[in-house]
Amino acid sequence: MSAADAAGADAVGVAESAAGTAVPPRKKMLELDDLHVFYGAIQALKGVHIEVNEGEIVALLGANGAGKTTTLRTISGLLTPREGEVRWRGERIDGVPAHHVVGLGIGHSPEGRRVFPAMTVTENLNMGAYRFKSVPKAELDRVFELFPRLAERREQLAGTLSGGEQQMLAIGRALMGQPKLLLLDEPSMGLAPLIVAQIFEIIREINEQGTTVLLVEQNAAQALRLAHRGYALETGSVVLSGPADRLLSDPKVREAYLGEGA
Amino acid sequence: MQPDEILDYLIPGIMLGALYAVIAIGYTLVYGVLQLINFAHSEVFMVGAYSALLALTWIDPSTNPTALVSVLLVAAGLAVSGTAGAATAFALEKVAYRPLRRRNAPRLAFLISAIGASYFLQNLAGKLFGRDSRALPTLFENKKVFSVFGTQVTILQLLIVCAAVLMMVGLDYLVNRTKLGSGIRAVAQDAETAGLMGVDIDKVISRTFIIGGFMGGIAGFLFGLHLQLSFTMGFLPGITAFAAAVVGGVGNIRGAMMGGMLLGIVESFSSPIFGESWRYVSAFAVLVLVLMFRPTGILGERLGRSA
Ligand SMILES: Nc1ncnc2c1ncn2[C@@H]1O[C@H](COP(=O)(O)OP(=O)(O)OP(=O)(O)O)[C@@H](O)[C@H]1O
Ligand SMILES: [Mg+2]
Repeated sequence: MSAADAAGADAVGVAESAAGTAVPPRKKMLELDDLHVFYGAIQALKGVHIEVNEGEIVALLGANGAGKTTTLRTISGLLTPREGEVRWRGERIDGVPAHHVVGLGIGHSPEGRRVFPAMTVTENLNMGAYRFKSVPKAELDRVFELFPRLAERREQLAGTLSGGEQQMLAIGRALMGQPKLLLLDEPSMGLAPLIVAQIFEIIREINEQGTTVLLVEQNAAQALRLAHRGYALETGSVVLSGPADRLLSDPKVREAYLGEGA
Repeated sequence: MQPDEILDYLIPGIMLGALYAVIAIGYTLVYGVLQLINFAHSEVFMVGAYSALLALTWIDPSTNPTALVSVLLVAAGLAVSGTAGAATAFALEKVAYRPLRRRNAPRLAFLISAIGASYFLQNLAGKLFGRDSRALPTLFENKKVFSVFGTQVTILQLLIVCAAVLMMVGLDYLVNRTKLGSGIRAVAQDAETAGLMGVDIDKVISRTFIIGGFMGGIAGFLFGLHLQLSFTMGFLPGITAFAAAVVGGVGNIRGAMMGGMLLGIVESFSSPIFGESWRYVSAFAVLVLVLMFRPTGILGERLGRSA
């Protein structure tokens, strides 16, 4: 996707909120249709419906234990829903194992970063490109351009990076698989505000370069300012959804997720 | 022990150590990817030795082959024992471990399955090959190749050490420089995340068993070249190599090489110093000592960067 398309996507976002209507027809990329996901007897998702369109940044909000991580893990094939479907460009992918899902163009930067601690920065990035025969050099350059900090630390063991650097590495590693859709699970977790702002800025850049983003965040205000649309999960169900700026000004959202008492 | 006898014990010690190292790698590789001690690995070793016995006696039934035939027999022995070891380990993973993994079975179930598989293979071998000791044909008649400071080195010793070192160098390359190797290391460090990167975890685990089994099977053949074969022959070398893996830091490949070499040399020297009956005590004394001071082993647990 070109920069012009991304700009177009932005324009649509504005039009949406101005009109206050549903999303105008646009290419659906990912659909979660009535997902029910269990951990043994515990039901974590209770009929989740979410859609992500080509070119968007979609924020997925919710308190601890709401089911955000479970949703992303179900998309990636780490979990299989008991009921419901995950559709990628119209085709069912629930039940497809994780190592095949990444091949479809879905990159996942997991909760808690999960870098390979005993590998160097470069080795971690190469792991991100495991699905390709050889490591795409252009992609590596792009990641180092997005994250100059990583470029300086190519040979450092990932386990010895700072939390912020590990987060950059986790995102960079997911980008190395050249995803069409990037799943980000709480990239701001445990980071200083300045670093969070930097990382969010980079997410915007990644999106402008053509990658669709599904962003899980507790940091609702910042996530909604970045996103085009948002969903709020509560104990396994979507309780709110809509254009990001409308959610930002919604009193319910302000109370529940932005910490403003009624 | 006289000072001039040191080499008389050091050389066999290195030979033994190289074999322990090769077997220890099998334990440590599997531990790396599954956090499981594959106690049936000692039987992979035994299967390697017996498969070579079958192949060698089939090729040339005489017990004292000529040098030229010996070369051929060694090549055949290496190929057959490596293949049989790899096949056994592959089957072991499929039958004894994978079904448990599918069901997220608790740790203990894996251990019991490992011990069960080990007894099964041992007694199957006892049934098929008899419960008496057997011997491989005597290859090269213990011919001396050269002497170091008056100590003779036999072709056999040289062969064993060279084969072991070659395997270790090859493995080190495979693990650190190839795509399969990076898959193995990624699975060892964080299997689920490796899956997110596109690594087929089952395939990597299966291949890890194959690699460890290949090396273990060849070690069985090499071991059988200078000692007797029996259906229980896997036990002592197996448990010693396991100790070696722990001494080096289980999960750490270079640690397993070091630990194996250390225990082989210690074992070799323990009989002249403390008496033959202390031979097998020594390796475990080293294990206890190392664990007292470094509970994670000399190089530490985990498949490291240069694992
Ligand atoms: N492996 C598991 N076994 C059992 N229950 C689990 C497991 N993982 C998650 N759960 C439960 O599923 C529910 C949803 O968890 P999930 O991790 O998806 O929440 P989350 O929205 O990502 O929360 P957080 O913001 O804290 O990361 C929680 O109630 C959690 O306790
Ligand atoms: Mg979570």
